[in-house]
Amino acid sequence: MRSLVGNISLRSLRVWQRNRDVYFVTWKTNLVPPLLEPILYLLAFGAGIGALVKEVRYEGAPIGYTAFIAPGLLATQVMFQSFFENTYNTFVRMYYQRTFDAIVTTPLTLEDVMAGELLWGASKGTIGCTIMMAAISAFGLIRYPEALVIVPFSFLAGLFFAGLALCFTGLVPQIDVFNFPIFLFVMPMFLFSGTFFPLEVLPVWAQRLAWALPLTHVTRVMREACLGRLPADLGWDLLYIVLATAPVNLLGIHLMRKRLVK
Amino acid sequence: MSHVIEARGLTKKYGDLTAVDGIDFSIRAGECYGFLGPNGAGKTSTVKMIHCFAPVTAGELRVFGLDVREHPREIKTRIGVCQQEDTLDPDFSVHKNLLVFARYFGIAAREAEIRAQELLEFMGLWERRKDGIRQLSGGLKRRLVIARALINRPDLLILDEPTTGLDPQSRHQVWDRVRSLRKQGKTILLTTHYMDEAQTLCDRLVIMDHGKILIEGPPADLVRSRVGKDVIEIWGYPPALVERARQNGWNFETDSDRLFIYTDAGDEVFSAIHGQYPMERCTVRTAGLEDLFLKLTGRELRE
Repeated sequence: MRSLVGNISLRSLRVWQRNRDVYFVTWKTNLVPPLLEPILYLLAFGAGIGALVKEVRYEGAPIGYTAFIAPGLLATQVMFQSFFENTYNTFVRMYYQRTFDAIVTTPLTLEDVMAGELLWGASKGTIGCTIMMAAISAFGLIRYPEALVIVPFSFLAGLFFAGLALCFTGLVPQIDVFNFPIFLFVMPMFLFSGTFFPLEVLPVWAQRLAWALPLTHVTRVMREACLGRLPADLGWDLLYIVLATAPVNLLGIHLMRKRLVK
Repeated sequence: MSHVIEARGLTKKYGDLTAVDGIDFSIRAGECYGFLGPNGAGKTSTVKMIHCFAPVTAGELRVFGLDVREHPREIKTRIGVCQQEDTLDPDFSVHKNLLVFARYFGIAAREAEIRAQELLEFMGLWERRKDGIRQLSGGLKRRLVIARALINRPDLLILDEPTTGLDPQSRHQVWDRVRSLRKQGKTILLTTHYMDEAQTLCDRLVIMDHGKILIEGPPADLVRSRVGKDVIEIWGYPPALVERARQNGWNFETDSDRLFIYTDAGDEVFSAIHGQYPMERCTVRTAGLEDLFLKLTGRELRE
C-alpha cells in the first residue's frame, strides 16, 4: 500500500494531458451527447411524463417534475461519463492500443499512469456535467450562483465512479464482461437513487437501501444546489462520497497493477 | 562505470515457468549487443526487466550502474524502448505522437519540437508528419516507434524484435538506421530471431534458448569456433555417407532430407565426396550464424 501511494507522482498529469489531447482531437463526437442528451430527457420526461405528473413532493414541498429530474440527469451524467471512461476506454487503451505499455517505458510508473487515468475519468464527469448544466440552464431549471458548487463536486463524484470503474477494469477477462457491473451496479443506481422519483414514495426498507447507494448522495447534493439551497447536512453526503472514493481508487490501482505487472 | 548493463544470475519466473534462468551478461558502452533466440527463449522477459517493468525474481541487474529495483525512474529517463507490438497512439498524427511522448520525459514543448523534427528527418518520416497512424505501413510505423524511443536522447536504446513482420525493403531501411545510430556511438540492445539481422547489426551477441544463454561472443568468432569455416549441404544423402562422416569424425548433422557437414576445409571434403555417392544436390558455402543457431537450438519446430 505504501509503495502504491509512493509510486504516484505529479507525472501522472502527463497521462491526463495525453487523454485530454485525444479528447480534443475527437471533440465533435465527445461534445454532442452531453449537450443533446438532457434535451431529449427533458422532452420525454418533461413533456411526456411531466404531462401526467405535473409536480412531485420533495422534502415536504411541491416541486415541478422537470425541475425535480434535472439534477438527477446531472448526477447520472457524472456517473456514466466517469464510469465508462475508466471501464471501456481504459480497457481499449490498456489492451487494444497498448498505450500503457509504451508509457511505462518512460519515467512514469504504472501507478502514475493509473492515477492519470482516474484524474481524467473524473474530469470527463466534470466536463459532461458542466456541458449538460449549460444546456439545462437554458430551461431555467438551475439556480445560480449556488449551483456552481456542482462543478467541483462533480469532479469528486466523478473520481468515485472512476475508481469503481478501474476496479472492474482490473478484473474483467474481456471487454464484454463490463455488461455485468453495468447491469448490477450502474443501472440500479441510475434508476433508484432518487433520480427520477422522490425516494419518499418507496417503502422504508427500500429507502434505506437507496441511501446506501453512492449516486443517491450525489443526486441529493446536486438537487439542493440546483434549487439554490446548500443546507449544512449536505456535509454528510459529502463525507459519504469522500470516504467511498479513497478506497475504490486505491483498490482500482492495486488491481490494475496486479493485472498488468507479472 | 564500465558497463551499461550488468546482469548476474538474472532470473525471471512466472509462477512455475522459468522464463529467464540465471543468466549473466554485460553490455559495454557503444556496442550493439544482440539477444538471439527462438520464440519463448526469454528475450522479451529480459528486456522487460531491463526497462524496470517486470520485477526481477532473483539475481542482480544493474543499468548504468543502478539497481533496477531501486532506481526505475532514473534508469527509464536514460533509456529508449522500441517494443514488439505497435504501441503508437492511433488518435494522434505522426508528429503529435512524438510530442506527447516527449512530455512523459518532462521535455519542454519547444525542445520537443526541435527533437521531433530532427528525428522525423533522421527516420525519413518528415514528409508524413501530418498523417494519422492508421495511414502508415508496418515499416513506417516501426520507424516511428524507433524515432519515439530516441526522443529523450537515450544512453541505451532497446530494440525488441525491430523488424518482425516487416517486408524485406522495410527491414533494410530499419537496419540502415540502426547501423547509423551505432556509428554515432549509441549503445544498442537488440533482440531478434533473424540470423541475418543479428549478423549484420551486432558487435556481440548471445544465443538464448529455454531461458539460458547458450553462447556469447562476436557473431563471426562464434561461427568460426563452433561451426567452422564452411558448410557442405547435401540433399537426398545416402546412409553410407552418414556412416563415412561418422567414421572420419566429421562434424555433421542431419535433418529429414539434408546432411550438413561443418568443416574448415570445405573444398577438400567436397571433392572427397562429390560424385562418390548418389545424391540430389551438393553445395559448399560459408558457414553463418544460422548454422550455429540451429546447431545449438536444434531443428525441431517450436510453438
